[in-house]
Amino acid sequence: MAQSRYWTLMPEWLVYPIALLPAAHLLWGAVSNTLGPDPLKVLENGLGEWALRVLIAGLAITPIMRFLRINLIKYRRAIGLVAFIYVILHLSVYLVLDKQLDWAAIGADIVKRPYITIGMAAFVMLVPLAATSNKWSVRKLGSAAWRRLHRLVYVIAVFGAIHYLLLVKAWPPEPIIYLLIIVALLAVRLVRPQRRLRTAS
Amino acid sequence: MSGYKYPIPRSSEITPRAAILDRRRFIAGMSGLALAAAVPTPGKSATREKLDAIASPLSTDEEPNSYDDVTSYNNYYEFGTGKSDPAKHAHELTTRPWAIKVGGLVNNPGEIGIEDLLSAYTLEDRIYRLRCVEAWSMVIPWVGIPLADIIDKFDVQGSAKYLAFETLVRPEEMRGQRSTFPILPWPYAEGLRLDEARHPLSILAVGLHGEVMPNQNGAPVRLVVPWKYGFKSIKSIVSMRFTEEEPTSTWNVQNPREYGFYSNVNPNVDHPRWSQATERRIGGGLFAKRIETQMFNGYGEQVASLYDGMDLTKFY
Ligand code: HEM
Repeated sequence: MAQSRYWTLMPEWLVYPIALLPAAHLLWGAVSNTLGPDPLKVLENGLGEWALRVLIAGLAITPIMRFLRINLIKYRRAIGLVAFIYVILHLSVYLVLDKQLDWAAIGADIVKRPYITIGMAAFVMLVPLAATSNKWSVRKLGSAAWRRLHRLVYVIAVFGAIHYLLLVKAWPPEPIIYLLIIVALLAVRLVRPQRRLRTAS
Repeated sequence: MSGYKYPIPRSSEITPRAAILDRRRFIAGMSGLALAAAVPTPGKSATREKLDAIASPLSTDEEPNSYDDVTSYNNYYEFGTGKSDPAKHAHELTTRPWAIKVGGLVNNPGEIGIEDLLSAYTLEDRIYRLRCVEAWSMVIPWVGIPLADIIDKFDVQGSAKYLAFETLVRPEEMRGQRSTFPILPWPYAEGLRLDEARHPLSILAVGLHGEVMPNQNGAPVRLVVPWKYGFKSIKSIVSMRFTEEEPTSTWNVQNPREYGFYSNVNPNVDHPRWSQATERRIGGGLFAKRIETQMFNGYGEQVASLYDGMDLTKFY
């Protein structure tokens, strides 16, 4: 069954400027001082939230292909790398603007604060994925090993959502909803693909 | 919900819109804040009425946060969990008429009406540091009345050890209380030991920046205890009860391990999930330096003796 070619008409590289628009918007807001009385938290949280959203978009590619029969694999690498960029920006804001490079406090945070430990673990796991997001690495590792490695993104996304859940007071809906979406996107991967009835197209 | 019915204001009691606008323009002009007239005031029912108040030696000489900072960055979960939600939604609350019911272990139970508070007491400007449990802080010029002066009117019985407060429950006007999964159990409740409540620093605030309390800051009347984390300073109070037993407090019920009854500002006792050693002063912009959090939020000289002999890591 061929999908409409319109789904993949957009060149891959356009993912970067489009998916990074929210980052540009936040950074512009920070520079032009329109983020309100607490610009640091708006920037830090905004970048973190977009990191999580973009990770979710990446996780959605396979279910979309399986269940909606739309193949967007072409964009997945760019989406993954954009997520990585968001996490780097998020982490930089934390290190430079929030903790102001107070390495003792940062070290203590990583060891003592579960939400930071988990966020950091997610970041560390993202590094090898970003580093191997190229054709050369797929060839070098072999596609089976490469795919096994990249399943780490399941853990990363779950960690990202738990990180969010651990930093809020009480039980606001947002982190719970993100976690449920991620769990759902992972759970549908366990559903055995149904044999498709041939449909007249 | 309590059975208490809130009377609907007569239309003659509602300030005409034009008068409000005039007053705003007048105030904006007076304070030389020409900009304020152009910027929509958060909370459209805020009349921005001036209050007459005298200065207090208990004020800090630190630079207060701007009116905009103080009224656009709030934690008031009855109107949503986002910092800008209260400024967006608190105007839906009607704050007149208003009375605090006073009961429990007193010989003189009764009510205090807001008009009484505003006219029968000398209002004081109290410029206090406010330290939120989330590790940010502000300096806020409150206008208020020493809580001790109010307590004395009710002839408290000797057995009373604590004072319990409650916030209004009115889901029709407080959208956070309408949600299917309430973020907190309502009514929001707080409590103080009676000696804390009687401490000269403790006030019932009815305004800030020399004006009537904006809704998003807990209009018409709220508690301010500057040496405790902000959530102890309960907003929009409708009930005060004197008790013998330690009263419950909302965050303590929500998570006893993270929020104790005392909740004194203490840089040496971390929140289980984050450090309380430093804070970010709101209003300094993106590059503001973190500042060291002070024991009792810098009010140790005045209040430390309240806790003599207590292990503050146990009674956090
Ligand atoms: C995959 C990696 C990560 C994801 C998906 C992620 C996501 C998030 C999200 C969704 C938020 C909350 C946004 C909101 O409240 O609206 C957040 C906040 C935050 N994150 Fe991350 N994060 C990640 C890694 C990290 C790392 C590596 C650090 C630092 C070591 C970090 C530190 C923080 C901090 C300090 C906050 C703000 C907490 C506060 O409000 O005080 N995160 N992050």
